[in-house]
This record gives sequence, C-alpha cells and structure tokens, in this order.
Amino acid sequence: MEAFTTHTGRVAPLRRSNVDTDQIIPAHWLKKVTRDGFEDGLFEAWRKDPGFVLNQPERQGASVLVAGPDFGTGSSREHAVWALQNYGFRTVISSRFADIFRGNSLKNGLLTVVLPQETVERLWELTEADPAVEVTVDLVAREVRTDGLVAGFDLDENARWRLLEGLDDISLTLKYEDEIKAYEANRPAHKPSTAPV
Amino acid sequence: MGRTLAEKVWDDHVVRRAEGEPDLLFIDLHLLHEVTSPQAFDGLRRDGRRVRRLDLTIATEDHNTPTLDIDKPIADPVSRAQLETLRKNCADFGVRLHPLGDVEQGVVHVVGPQLGLTQPGTTVVCGDSHTSTHGAFGALAFGIGTSQVEHVLATQTLPLAPFRTMAVTVEGELPEDVTAKDLILAVIARIGTGGGQGYVIEYRGPAIEKLSMESRMTVCNMSIEAGARAGMIAPDETTFEYLKGRPHAPKGADWDAAVEYWRTLSTDDDAVFDHEVVIDAAELAPFVTWGTNPGQGAPLSASVPDPASFEDPAAKLAAEKALEYMGLTPGQRLREVPVDTVFLGSCTNGRIEDLRAAARVLDGHTVADGVRMLVVPGSVRVSLQAVEEGLDKVFTAAGAEWRHAGCSMCLGMNPDQLRPGERAASTSNRNFEGRQGKGGRTHLVSPQVAAATAVLGRLASPADLSDVPTLVEA
Ligand code: SF4
Repeated sequence: MEAFTTHTGRVAPLRRSNVDTDQIIPAHWLKKVTRDGFEDGLFEAWRKDPGFVLNQPERQGASVLVAGPDFGTGSSREHAVWALQNYGFRTVISSRFADIFRGNSLKNGLLTVVLPQETVERLWELTEADPAVEVTVDLVAREVRTDGLVAGFDLDENARWRLLEGLDDISLTLKYEDEIKAYEANRPAHKPSTAPV
Repeated sequence: MGRTLAEKVWDDHVVRRAEGEPDLLFIDLHLLHEVTSPQAFDGLRRDGRRVRRLDLTIATEDHNTPTLDIDKPIADPVSRAQLETLRKNCADFGVRLHPLGDVEQGVVHVVGPQLGLTQPGTTVVCGDSHTSTHGAFGALAFGIGTSQVEHVLATQTLPLAPFRTMAVTVEGELPEDVTAKDLILAVIARIGTGGGQGYVIEYRGPAIEKLSMESRMTVCNMSIEAGARAGMIAPDETTFEYLKGRPHAPKGADWDAAVEYWRTLSTDDDAVFDHEVVIDAAELAPFVTWGTNPGQGAPLSASVPDPASFEDPAAKLAAEKALEYMGLTPGQRLREVPVDTVFLGSCTNGRIEDLRAAARVLDGHTVADGVRMLVVPGSVRVSLQAVEEGLDKVFTAAGAEWRHAGCSMCLGMNPDQLRPGERAASTSNRNFEGRQGKGGRTHLVSPQVAAATAVLGRLASPADLSDVPTLVEA
C-alpha cells in the first residue's frame, strides 16, 4: 500500500450529501478485473453535466475532495476507492463516511478525514471564493491546514501508523500464524464447512 | 456486566487481542462472487499465497449473470470475462464454485442460508455490503472490500476495530398488511442512512420474534442501508427449525452441541446497548421510498414531502435533488405515482416466501397495460420450488416475465436495466440515482406492494385491488 504522510493540493468542493458508491463508480464499471483504469468512471453520471464541479477548468488537477455528510454509502465496492485514486484524489474530507468505504480507503492509502460539518462548509466557502487555494492534509500532525484555517482530526492510532508506514495488512497478520493455528485447533466440530456433502 | 448477542459472537472469534490494536477475528464463512474477487485473487498470485481455508470458502455467480438464454454464451464480453475470471480463479485455487447453470447458483446471500452454511454464532463475510442478511441467524455478518477479501482468503481472519451496539426493539404486532420490508424501510427513514454508522444493530422485541427466517433476512439485509456494520437477530426455535436438515447444517451429536451453543446467544438481561430505538409495530403501514436514498421513504398513504419542510439544510438539499431526479412534485400523492416497471427479486425479497406473497396478490389479476414486470428468483433452488408450487404460472398468466435466478435489475450489471426516465417499483434495497439503469427511477417496495402496483400501474397496496375484478377461474 502507498504510504500517506502529508499532502498539499487544490480542492474539489462537492456540495452533496449521501454520495453513494453507485455515484462514485456505477455498476457497469465493476466488470473490470483490474485495480486501475477507473478514472473515467468516477462520478460518471454527474460528469455528463458541464457544470459539474470536476468539469470546471479551475478544478483540474484537484487532489483533495471535500464532500457532504455520509460519503461512500452503499455497496462495499473497493472500486469506488480505486476510481478516486485513479482520478488523482489523495484524500477525501467529509463530516461522516460510510464504514465500509472508510475501511477500504485506509487499506489503499486514500486518507479519509472526518471534520465537523462547519469546517467542511468553511473549506467549501474558501475554495469556492478562490479555487487556487491549497489545502494541506497532514497525517503526521493530524491537521488540515489552509490560509486562515487549522483543523485537527482524529484517526485511530493503529490505522494512522499503517498509513504512515504504508504497511500491508496481510503480512502483518501472517506474523500471528501461531495464534491462528491455536484458534483453529479449538474450533468446535459443529461449525459449518463448505466441503461438499 | 452482561453482553449483547453481537459482543458474544465477537468474543468467541478473537484470535488475538492486544492493547492499541484492532482485534484479529476468525472468519467462519467466506462467500465469494465474481465482482469483488478478481483483484483479490490477483493479489494472492502476486505474493505467491494460497487460500488458507478452502473448507470455509464458497463462490457463486450472481451479479453479471443474464436471466434469459442462460444456455447461450453471455452476450456482453466484459461480463463474460468477469465470470470466466472467477471460474479460472476458483479452479486454480481449488475453491468450490456454483456457476451459472448449476442447481446451487444464485444470489450469494440467498445461497448461503439455503445451503445451511449460515449458522448462529458464526462470523460471515463477503465482498458485498448485503452480507448483513446473514445476521438474521444470529451470525455476525458484514460486507468487506476487495483488500479484505484477499486478507480473508490468505489468513481466514480480519483485523477489526470494535463496533458500538444498537438495539432496535419492535414492540407489539405488525398489522396484517405490513411486511418485514415495510418495517425496515420505516426503521431506515427513522434513523437515517447514516444513523447506524459504526453500530451493529440487534433487532428484537415481540414483532421481530414472530417473523419467519425469510422475513428476518429481509430486515437484516437492509441494515447496511441505515449505515450499520451489521444487523443481527437472536437465534430461536424458528432459526433452528429453518436450519434443521439443510445440507450443511450440523448432524447428530454436532447438531445437539450446536443447538446448545446457539441457545446461549441472546443478549443478557443486564447487557447495555450504546443506543436504543423503540418502534411500535402497530403504527406501521405499507411503506415506499420517494427519493434517491433508502431513508427517503414514507407510508404509501402519504404524499411526496415538500423539501422546505426539512429542518436540516443537508436533508433539504438532498430532498430537492432527489425530487428533481425522481420527477416528482411536493404534495403529489404517492398512490398516484405511475410506474413502467416492476421488479420482484434480489437478496432482499427474492426468496420463496416473497414470491408466494406476490403471487397471492397477483393471482387472478393482470399486469397493467404498458407495465413490464420481471420476476427473478433469488436462486435456482427458489426458482425450482416456485415452479413446483405453480407460482411461475401465476406470474406468467398475469403477464409478468418469469426469469432465471440472479441479481438482475437490483443493480443492472446484466441486461435487465431501466431506461433513462423509466420508473420502477422494486423489491430490491437501493434507490440510488441510476442504480437500476442510467437515468432510471426506483421506488423501493415490498413484494405485496410490487404485485399490486403491477396490476394498477401506479404505486398501490393489495388493499387497493379490492375494487378490481379478478379473472373468473375457468
Ligand atoms: S441482489 Fe442486489 S443487493 Fe443483493 S447481492 Fe445482488 S446486487 Fe447486491
């Protein structure tokens, strides 16, 4: 996984709540069997509208997405995270994320930052007033910073450490092979098995 | 202090616990399908890893499978390639697979329970958010992303951050015309699409205890639509009855040991939930959605709400956008909303009881002119059972289309899609913009409301059919 320490970039303000995973990446894109090439599917339906924020010339190259509450609701498709990353986003800020989406993001090095809705509104206002405004998302200091705004954010220490180091979860878990074996040895016999009957 | 059902199941699966780290949980059952697994198998290959527990892993094909002409090659080359990828991955790694055409094929969340693989007190995961369905058995079941699919394939465990617990207690008795679908839609409208975030919801109370297993699955299925990690219902005699004799249910002494364990899986009297919601079943009525998220719903007897009536600015804006997308006007009676399409199926309402309920309403009526109704059983087994009971004949006699099993129009990855502007009454679980086809509009409903809607061509409940003459039996 790609490590995340700190990132500075321009903002795409997405003034919508409940941005569900079907909007982030529609189902027909899910037929692909790779982790890349999803950038054109990102917000596909909304991008047909010339007025959509990602279509505005001043938003080209934006790498910080600031969205309304309940971002990433809906399906478990990790493709939503890949699409955001393939497009060029490094981090998403919202006042609330859907659980599975958040978990998927952190596993891929896309930092999801939870800030109060008032702070999200201020970020929207700042970047709408001046699209050139750059925002720094600093995981080391656990801070979002831009001219006239410093906002701390929380992230559980373990998740932060894995992101900062870019650690692969599977290798970490495989270190506990003995514990897994011990657990398996004690599983009751009545537990289900998929072996054909 | 006592523990909740969810906490008991969690505790029983902890492989490793360490201060400041997520618990490492053992996974009892891993369900796979074609959409969220290819990149996970690629990862295994890249790192030279194998599937650790083939005996706890099973795959089926559901999202891309066509519901017509299943004996012909799949027309869409991209869908075909994805199914072929799953077949190759399962063959290479030795995973049991039920492909299109197999008698055990179907929507993954219908297949697990019907095989008896979903059992109380187990941990169940799948790269699909509606894995919450399996919580109906008192399993801790949740959807995971592809990275986690790879993690479970390689280690049979998952590092997981703790959850909070929520009780949704449904007091009293559901009125006769109110279904599990109406109940869960009402719950989501009440707590909101983010209201369950971070929680495992336990549904309890007299109205829940009276539900059949299939209805319980409908309720737990949509827990994710409230943002919850999982939904659960304590196992009881209804659960044991359902499981007994299923192919993978424990047998003999194992059965007795299992039941003894399963009986311990209820929330202790002195356990404390982090949050509690109480709902009076008697106040519920047939429920439909008017918006573009499952929390935007109302009783069928109500009208489309006025966005101005929402206090929260985000909810107001969301309602405005939803009405614009849905082509509805505030104050419009929901009963007067006409539909072009009715979809009966999905892991929410594609089981045999759902088909029976819809067929009962439809029997002797015809689908309204200009309305197409698709009936898609949740699995091949459901389909065979329905045929045995003659339900397929009821549907086709009424003018509905009887299709093969799969996800179908629930998400339109196969050819079953809404066209732009088309409006559907759907027994599935998501009414997101474009979910059932680009530009399509979805109203989530119960199977009974779906059937009545098909007959009248507008959103309707079975009670509305009392004035409609039925065909005289020949
Ligand atoms: S039926 Fe619908 S919700 Fe269920 S697994 Fe298939 S696509 Fe997902």
